[in-house]
Amino acid sequence: MSEISAEQVAHLANLARIALTDEEIGHLTTELAQIMHAVEKVSEVATPDVPPTSHPIPMQNVYRDDVVGASVLSVDEALAGAPERDGNRFVVSAILGEEQ
Amino acid sequence: MARAELMDFDKALELFEPVIGLEVHVELNTTTKMFSPAPNPANSAYHGAEPNTLVSPVCLGLPGSLPVVNGDAVRSSISLGLALGCSIAPSSRFARKNYFYPDLAKNYQISQYDEPIAFEGSVQVELVNGRVFDVPIERAHMEEDAGKLTHVGGSTGRIQGAEYSLVDYNRAGVPLVEIVTKPIFGAEADAPELAKAYVSTIRDIALSLGISEARMERGNLRCDANVSLRPRGAEQLGIRTETKNVNSFRSIERAVRYEIQRQAAILAKGGSITQETRHWHEDTGTTSPGRPKSDADDYRYFPEPDLLPVVPSAELIEELRAALPEPPAAHRRRLKAEWGFTDLEFQDVANSGLLVELEETVKAGATPAAARKWWTGEIARLANAAGQDAASLVIPEHVAELAQLVDAGTLTDRLARQVLEGVVAGEGSPQQIVDARGLAVVSDDGALIAAIDEALASQPDVLAKIRDGKVQAAGAVIGAVMKAMHGKADAARVRELVLERAQG
Amino acid sequence: MSDDLIRLSAADLGAKLAAGEVSSVEATRAHLDRIAAVDGAVHAFLHVAGEHALETAAAVDAKRAAGDKLGPLAGVPIAVKDVLVTKGMPSTSGSRILEGWIPPYDATPVTKVREAGLVPLGKTNMDEFAMGSSTEHSAYGPTHNPWDLERIPGGSGGGSAASVAAFEAPLALGSDTGGSIRQPAHVTGTVGVKPTYGAVSRYGSIALASSLDQIGPVTRTVLDAALLHDVIAGHDPLDSTSIPESWPSMAEAVRRADVSGLRIGVIKELDGEGFQAGVRQRFHESLDLLAKQGAEIVEVSAPHFEYSIAAYYLILPAEASSNLAKFDSVRFGLRVTPDGGGTVEQVMAATREAGFGPEVKRRIILGTYALSAGYYDAYYGSAQKVRTLVQRDFDAAFEQVDVLASPTAPTTAFKFGEKLADPLSMYLNDIATIPANLAGVPGISVPAGLAPEDGLPVGIQFLAPAREDARLYNVGGVLEQLLEAEWGGPLLASAPDLSTHELTATEEGAL
Repeated sequence: MSEISAEQVAHLANLARIALTDEEIGHLTTELAQIMHAVEKVSEVATPDVPPTSHPIPMQNVYRDDVVGASVLSVDEALAGAPERDGNRFVVSAILGEEQ
Repeated sequence: MARAELMDFDKALELFEPVIGLEVHVELNTTTKMFSPAPNPANSAYHGAEPNTLVSPVCLGLPGSLPVVNGDAVRSSISLGLALGCSIAPSSRFARKNYFYPDLAKNYQISQYDEPIAFEGSVQVELVNGRVFDVPIERAHMEEDAGKLTHVGGSTGRIQGAEYSLVDYNRAGVPLVEIVTKPIFGAEADAPELAKAYVSTIRDIALSLGISEARMERGNLRCDANVSLRPRGAEQLGIRTETKNVNSFRSIERAVRYEIQRQAAILAKGGSITQETRHWHEDTGTTSPGRPKSDADDYRYFPEPDLLPVVPSAELIEELRAALPEPPAAHRRRLKAEWGFTDLEFQDVANSGLLVELEETVKAGATPAAARKWWTGEIARLANAAGQDAASLVIPEHVAELAQLVDAGTLTDRLARQVLEGVVAGEGSPQQIVDARGLAVVSDDGALIAAIDEALASQPDVLAKIRDGKVQAAGAVIGAVMKAMHGKADAARVRELVLERAQG
Repeated sequence: MSDDLIRLSAADLGAKLAAGEVSSVEATRAHLDRIAAVDGAVHAFLHVAGEHALETAAAVDAKRAAGDKLGPLAGVPIAVKDVLVTKGMPSTSGSRILEGWIPPYDATPVTKVREAGLVPLGKTNMDEFAMGSSTEHSAYGPTHNPWDLERIPGGSGGGSAASVAAFEAPLALGSDTGGSIRQPAHVTGTVGVKPTYGAVSRYGSIALASSLDQIGPVTRTVLDAALLHDVIAGHDPLDSTSIPESWPSMAEAVRRADVSGLRIGVIKELDGEGFQAGVRQRFHESLDLLAKQGAEIVEVSAPHFEYSIAAYYLILPAEASSNLAKFDSVRFGLRVTPDGGGTVEQVMAATREAGFGPEVKRRIILGTYALSAGYYDAYYGSAQKVRTLVQRDFDAAFEQVDVLASPTAPTTAFKFGEKLADPLSMYLNDIATIPANLAGVPGISVPAGLAPEDGLPVGIQFLAPAREDARLYNVGGVLEQLLEAEWGGPLLASAPDLSTHELTATEEGAL
């Protein structure tokens, strides 16, 4: 299962939006294969009869009331960290893809 | 972009069977957002707020922020699920849908994946021809909306050719329920109309539950339409396209019709359909290809670790079930009886998707007849001319006010049409426009009598005819008086007074 | 005088403040002076908020003068791990991608600390986004272990542990996802506690792995940890996973500490191969001392612990790959535009390439892989099943014993660079600490002495059932008393005198 190719790592990097260099892809291909080989150990005991656990402390139905909270930010607070803004909005470069 | 070749609709139906599937997003009108205590712009109280004024650290995906579920949004979702005839999951949970897009603050959307809150339902939809269709519902799940992008530069304001884009996160985190149908077979030539009527029914349900403003022009209700064709007699489903950005009832019908005709033309020539997302263009009445489905659709869903399972008690579900309004079909039967409409009159309203508007207008004080007259008459005409849905032009309260002004004799029908135009143009309520423009009918008999006496004096021959009993001669005087009053007089009252003065 | 102030425990300093023997401004200034003197060598801090700290201290002094009722730690300085967002103070989580970002809000534990009158001194260094066991993965350079400046202070919270060990702060806040509070405590001779998952709010903690992260105290004494625990724990409606029930006082548990009749289970799987001899020696000596006080020591088995690291290195990268997606150059943080401009996709990818360090990229790619279509069941799904098995091991063990014990980590502090080239051997460092995070149970690391072979600190870890954090303070408090009686004082009293070290270095012109 842990056969991992450089193409696969390049694809993962694209999914994760990281412009990895070819050198990084090379290193990661080797490391990823080693790490995956080590962690595949989980499948030895993860049999169908074992239910998965996603929360360490089981709880359910945690809701808040539908009232406006104190954490609402002012426009300036909202935009304070923006690398670029135009008036009250954040600026991003042209989008290559399509509308979602 | 080359214009797609289209096959004649009837011909397409002869060769192929259309199969449609509809995904409707309903924005809930809770006070706050799905996972953040920031005000919800899908609630009318906050609609139209300045960009980035309805945001908390959660909406912006600021590092360290955490989501907390809005309990009322869960209740609304359960109610909607029940109204769709769905089973409510004894336990459901949220999942992260991972993809990068600048309107998605966290670059993942909190949604539901393998455990939606509602599943397996059915909705009755009535068509113009009286055919009643059971639309099967696959699931309804809770999720959050994304922010809004504005594309700047380029010629069209569209994404292609834009130089940069601006992001407003007010809408980010608005509570959504996504309702997904199963593939709908057997609609045949009614498929386009069924698509429209289905969304219209969802809107009626949402409005009757009071869980959404359900205004398509505001994006409270959004529809993606899946269309595929299969050759007559074939078992296997055809490859489908998903048309997005369909933002009015008329567009839904047109978009489905267009896709049927487009796909038929391709298939008839031996071509194949690309599985892709397509965008509807209201202006040209066409769809254009978006990106093909690909590896980029690897959303890497996993259970949202910041949120806990939603486990509604049986008591809660029963409480919400008991509070459900009557189902749309029963509701229609009752309204028809209450309003005393003929079959034809009622169909006319229902087919226009204006039942809720009429109901609200009657509730606001208009007679059913007056409400019907305005909505299916003048408002429908204006909507048609503007290429918009009637419901997006004017609110029921204003229509009721207008009808009442006519009933009270303050406005003539002609004046009322002028006032309506003002309301549509956003000048205010009917009464405000009447006041501002000085449009009210002159109901002061003194002013009318002065004008009548003057007209009678200047037309002694007419006066003589009236006195001789030739009552129809009064028309010339009435015309002169109406002209003198700039049309702001009640013609019936003028006639009464003319006859009275002529005898005097 | 100021040297005495910095060596006081937080409890003692709090008492002196309450008695009016010293002001918070004096105590704060003493610690700021200490930071100025030694942090050039230790590099525990990424940001020191000197002016602001003195203002806060003056405000606390004013309240005290006005007769306000104040808590036991009011006026006591505290260092804050940079993983916690702080209004008005930069918060970077040790990453270049957040350089200079000043959040518009405070993390809930920071709010609680401020409300209790503590005085935040600044932000402490850490492995980037808390990924690491050595602070060598900080984008701003490593923190040095005050016991030996050539060695790592542990990680990811090496900055918080070192600040406390170097007497730059009496208290610090840390975060523990797989041992990031306990392992640094182990290698710096300090106390670190990972509370029950959900005991302390995660709101405002820059998420690494949401289902594993927990905020907790980093201190020099068990009582100090308990006092800080009492301040930061409690339900927070802003964190859905926050436990709603109220908690007993941890400080009371220390004051009433008594191990007679306490059943302590030694985890067989964490007491053998791979553990340094001196680490095991100090571990067993500690157990012997507790046994003499009436504790019952039994051996227990946790057969699935050996799968913990594998499960952890699937769950953590998977959750982290999603949590770190928000760093995209749009709303905050770094933006890198490729030469000649680019689309927003290219800007995001270039920013993340430049802004993330190698370990962060490694884990994001790993997590992306583990979640991708076709692999989910084999990797993430299986890891969550292991999580169930580890929880069952804990449940079975806690039917036999009240607390579990193990060495906190396999070795004493290693030298810089020793494990950097081999991520897998670095990951093995967390073998004893990870199971608690997978199961959500609380853990404490208490100093157990110095390893005879290298003279470096060693910690002992105790684990308790979920919600039974008080048991850790009970057993930790007793052991600390017993050991300090043997040593004739705190372990840190035998740490090298950094100020002398600094002075020498300056005289030799090494700076």
